[in-house]
Amino acid sequence: MTNLASIFDLLITPFVDFAFMRRALVGSIALSIGACPIGVFLMLRRMSLVGDAMAHAILPGAALGYLFAGLSLGFMTAGGLIAGFVVALLAGLVTRVTVLKEDAALASFYLISLAGGVVLVSLRGSNVDLLHVLFGSVLALDDNTLMLLAVSTTVSLLSLAVLFRPLVLECVDPLFLRTVSKSGSLSHFSVLALGVLNLVAGFHALGTLLSVGLMMVPAFASRFWSSTLDGMIAIATLIGILSSGLGIVISYHAGTPTGPTIILSAGALYLLSILFGQKNGLILRLWPRKHLAA
Amino acid sequence: MTERRAGFVQLNDVTLGYDRHPAVHHVSGLFEAGSLTAVIGPNGAGKSTLLKGIAGSIKPLSGSILTGSSAPRLAYLPQLAELDRDFPISVEDLIGTGFWQKIGSFRSYSRHDRQLIDVALEKVGLAGFNKRILGTLSGGQLQRVLFARLMVQDAELILIDEPFAAIDSKTVSDLMGLVRHWHDEGRTIIAVLHDMGLVAEFFPDCLLLARECVSWGPTSSVLTPDQLAKARTMIEANDSHADECERAA
Repeated sequence: MTNLASIFDLLITPFVDFAFMRRALVGSIALSIGACPIGVFLMLRRMSLVGDAMAHAILPGAALGYLFAGLSLGFMTAGGLIAGFVVALLAGLVTRVTVLKEDAALASFYLISLAGGVVLVSLRGSNVDLLHVLFGSVLALDDNTLMLLAVSTTVSLLSLAVLFRPLVLECVDPLFLRTVSKSGSLSHFSVLALGVLNLVAGFHALGTLLSVGLMMVPAFASRFWSSTLDGMIAIATLIGILSSGLGIVISYHAGTPTGPTIILSAGALYLLSILFGQKNGLILRLWPRKHLAA
Repeated sequence: MTERRAGFVQLNDVTLGYDRHPAVHHVSGLFEAGSLTAVIGPNGAGKSTLLKGIAGSIKPLSGSILTGSSAPRLAYLPQLAELDRDFPISVEDLIGTGFWQKIGSFRSYSRHDRQLIDVALEKVGLAGFNKRILGTLSGGQLQRVLFARLMVQDAELILIDEPFAAIDSKTVSDLMGLVRHWHDEGRTIIAVLHDMGLVAEFFPDCLLLARECVSWGPTSSVLTPDQLAKARTMIEANDSHADECERAA
């Protein structure tokens, strides 16, 4: 019994004792539910690095919001959203009307956005503390930030439900979708927009760069457990939630920064998945079970 | 069977191409409703471009294409390379996308639709494959699945682009059986093919393309050594310094 009690002590007591721990947990669970399904779609579209590009694109917008109004949730969120959407739209436009492919167009605009942001910040000449934007502060989530995370998750899930079919078809067979419907470009842009929304909501908790981690790493891990889309989305979300809980608890006991610890937990689960996954995991590959009769 | 007079395709002096360079140059003619036509020609003759033009996915540089069947009644099967075979979608769901016009993004399949999927799978020889994931199919099986989707689309006008590249003879003969069945039902079918034996055996009409229309009519009059030789000589290189075309549009 003492074992059980000490496990309880280790895992549950911090949340019972401290409200900020509960808030951190709720916030990061909300983020997992919204962001992980989008990560799965990005991964399947071979756009895994797009999240990273978007995070860099958002950074200057959020920084400008901070310069303009200080540590204001509203201004930083609006700044990030605007910067992200503008970059996504311009990249989409250039992809469609010029010879540049999407990766090139996206890279060009996020680099421009990043550089522009740095210049604007330096013009202001103030020694701005951007640590918050870079790494977030998941242990200091106030009511408004929690609300923002909840709203972004709700919007993400509803939009994904509405766009699910065109999105799947745009991934598998875009030419076919084009012959039956005009929703291809819309669904494609919507994924980018939802990605931006989740990253912006996420940077208050994890920072712009690390919220990409919670979006993408569980998605990669899910590939080793399921071969269906529904399965991958469910497992990615679960892994996201699990990493959040683990990361928060570990950071509490070990005194490490919480955001990075959450992503490291996701990374650990990802490595375990590569080894032990039931779909193409390394262990199964090295010691395969006997083949089937048909 | 019911008359499907709407399935015709009229080409009026059509030029299709990319970046101002014509891939299909000043072609005129009529695919009659209910006709079964093979489009043949050397590589680069503009066969796929013509199908894309008819499907409406590229616009003519000049001239016009008049189809009696717009989107809901038109089914287009592009070359296999356009499909992401790694995406985790089941056979049943992929075939179900053929119901798009009926169910769009939100409505669910009716029980009748599900039966149609089962029937289509049976007809292409893949009964029971409903839950299989796309990536586990062989090339021939995948082509059978795509034909099953064509079937549930129930279109008046069916465009097929090189369906039998790298497909074994058993699969080809099974799928050709379906094409003939669709022809008997009065649908208009235009297929890009390379196998002249197949064309001679199954296709009443034939369009020999080499950027320009070399010959178009009953297959026996098109598939002559003279015409085929002419098609080979007409494929000239894409000239980046070409002058503007002076022919009246």
